Amino acid sequence: MAELQSLQERIRAAAAAHRPLCIRAGGSKDFYGGPLAGEPLDVSALSGITHCEPTELVISARAGTPLVALERELAAHEQMLAFEPPRFDGRATLGGAVASGLPGPRRAYCGALRDFVLGVEMIDGRGELLRFGGRVIKNVAGFDVSRLMAGSLGTLGLLTEITLKTVPRPRAECTLRLQLDQARALESMTRWATRPLPVSATGWHDGTLHVRLSGADAAVRAAREALGGETLSGADEYWESVREQRLAFFAAAGELWRVSLPAHSPELPVPGPTLIEWSGSLRWLPGPLDGGALRAFAARCGGHVTLYRAPVKPCEGPFQPLSAAMLSLHKRLKTAFDPYRIFNRGRLYPDL
Amino acid sequence: MSHQVIERLRRALPAGAVLSSPEELKPYECDALTMYRQTPLAVALPVDEAQVIALLRLCYEAKVPVIARGAGTGLSGGATPRQDAVLLSLARLNRIISVDPLARTARVQPGVRNLAISEAAAPHNLYYAPDPSSQIACTIGGNVAENSGGVHCLKYGLTVHNLLALRVVSMAGEVLEVGSAAPDAPGYDLLALLTGSEGLLGVVTEVTVRLIPRPDCARVVLAVFDDLAKAGRAVADVIAAGIIPAGLEMMDRPTIAAVEPFVQAGYPLDAEAILLCESDGTPEEVAEEIGRMEAVMRNAGATECRVSRDEAERLRFWAGRKAAFPAMGALSPDYYCMDGSIPRQRLAAVLQAIRKMEAKYGLRCTNVFHAGDGNLHPLILFDSNIPDEVARAEAFGGEILELCVREGGSITGEHGVGMEKINQMCVQFGSAELETFHAVKRAWDALGLLNPGKAVPTLHRCAEFGRLRVHGGRVPHPELPRF
Repeated sequence: MAELQSLQERIRAAAAAHRPLCIRAGGSKDFYGGPLAGEPLDVSALSGITHCEPTELVISARAGTPLVALERELAAHEQMLAFEPPRFDGRATLGGAVASGLPGPRRAYCGALRDFVLGVEMIDGRGELLRFGGRVIKNVAGFDVSRLMAGSLGTLGLLTEITLKTVPRPRAECTLRLQLDQARALESMTRWATRPLPVSATGWHDGTLHVRLSGADAAVRAAREALGGETLSGADEYWESVREQRLAFFAAAGELWRVSLPAHSPELPVPGPTLIEWSGSLRWLPGPLDGGALRAFAARCGGHVTLYRAPVKPCEGPFQPLSAAMLSLHKRLKTAFDPYRIFNRGRLYPDL
Repeated sequence: MSHQVIERLRRALPAGAVLSSPEELKPYECDALTMYRQTPLAVALPVDEAQVIALLRLCYEAKVPVIARGAGTGLSGGATPRQDAVLLSLARLNRIISVDPLARTARVQPGVRNLAISEAAAPHNLYYAPDPSSQIACTIGGNVAENSGGVHCLKYGLTVHNLLALRVVSMAGEVLEVGSAAPDAPGYDLLALLTGSEGLLGVVTEVTVRLIPRPDCARVVLAVFDDLAKAGRAVADVIAAGIIPAGLEMMDRPTIAAVEPFVQAGYPLDAEAILLCESDGTPEEVAEEIGRMEAVMRNAGATECRVSRDEAERLRFWAGRKAAFPAMGALSPDYYCMDGSIPRQRLAAVLQAIRKMEAKYGLRCTNVFHAGDGNLHPLILFDSNIPDEVARAEAFGGEILELCVREGGSITGEHGVGMEKINQMCVQFGSAELETFHAVKRAWDALGLLNPGKAVPTLHRCAEFGRLRVHGGRVPHPELPRF
């Protein structure tokens, strides 16, 4: 394929000159991670679904394929991407979704984005075209490089094609709304999670808890009765606005902090509004706030904090700092894939 | 030199934690792939992480290889010893540190048995989902190393989907905390990279697993087919209908004939294939799903569908599947078990291709496997007393694995590469990918001391294997059972 060859040649030239490249397609997540550095390497031309077999629950597409195009194809077969990645005005691409690893409302109930990655084709920092994984759901041959790529923010290589596992769309869905303060909402979500209930999303803000139930008709009906509350009409729009961050909560310009916590963690000791997802494991907080104190509190709970969006990017980077041993291992892995440090320099951590 | 290392290990570890006499080493000379046997330099049995660190530092300084081992139930020779290596048994790190019912997690040491985790979680009506067939004996540390599967992974995932965090010690003795009980840990997804890395990257000293609520009930449909291809298509039809069964297993006619006398499950002996398709959840949910499963099976041409009426009947339907491998012993002096995986839609075609290969090689091949996952376990039946049959079985197996790779699948779905399939890695991966695996290995273990020679072949070995393959040679000693 001519596009692949020309990308390989550009990467080889950049490697020879030790010249950094900034991988980009839709640009929907330019705000995320460290500063963009290097000459733009546009992969939007690498677009299109290359393999879709509805009976397999598997889809392969080139990295620059817009997520909306992928989802349209899946919807025609009554399927979807389980992790509900944000599409940010339709600009988000498959490659960017996998590279960022950012999931949506269903993540706590179906698994992380990487859980659905079956295989990748990529170009490493030497310009070698590599293929890992495949199109089968069970495959333990070789190290799991495909899943390693998820969330690596393009620092290990250029993804050119990705194969994902898809899931059937639920047969029934319904969203309940309950008026609860934060403590009682957290307590309810924790309790529900210990029972086999078909919860597929939760969202709490402004004293209201939204709970989405998805699955077989009978299961959704039974759970609706068990949980109580009122049924929300226009539920799809509500969850879209959580997924795409179009709720009023996200509207303010300025910092947005993302706190990831183990299940059954307490309220954060931070004044001001909070939006909670994933049964309490994800908390959104608008800034400015004391990031150091927040990181220390989250770490004591066993969690971590990301400065998701900020008008000015901090020089230490937006992600929870790694231990010295982990950072050193990250550098060695970076070198294994990208020895001349050409891909997305500083996007994940300043030293990578 | 080696004597000095043993002495230093003795000083670093408590009394009785280092074995080195021939009688003591004998039980450790192989894992469940018994065809490869080797006496280790010594066996070390530390009881805590501090002792693991001390051992690894000492071996790192002395440049002595280390091979980690759990219960030794692995089927691919991942824990096969070497004469120049210390075998590090993690069996004594066997404590369940904590079970948190509200966070739905368990923190355990690597030597804890898979089933013991679910037993500890049972009072809270929670369990650990991955259930490899060896779950009574196999350890969670070994499950992490192999990314073990089981009958229920179609719906509940493999080991990699059910882990939250690991404590890992590098060969240089550094402790790394990988993953997190909170979602999406910062940095590279090293948890995914470590899972299934076959002990080549680090030694796991603690595992945090996700627990899930136990479903209220489970029922199974036993669907009977008069044609293997129809059964293969039924598997694809179930998935295409948007159903994710809790388990979906297939048995063909020779398997049914072999197991029915053992278990009296009531399997029809004239069937060409049967499918066992399980649904779990609330009673209402299961009733609805079972109805849909039955309809799909009938549309796909099932001649009969039986639905388990109670738990006793459900267990009876499954009994034959569980007894399949022991029952094969009555059918043939030897069998060779493959572990290829393929896209589900290719099941019917691959099963038909295997049928044709039976005629070509003059050997029978039975099929009992995780159909819903596309994970085949073809059993090639032969008699090792007839040398010609060994060669034919090897060639037959080789053709099946190559067919799996050609169909877009893998040489191993769940057993791992280990020693057993290291040559087939050269078929599945090109030299650039293999070089990347070696670079990843060096990033963790620069001196190449952890479990050397397993899982990833050297390019030199692939070149040699390429020549060997011309002569039809595949894997030595295929006569040994893999289950």
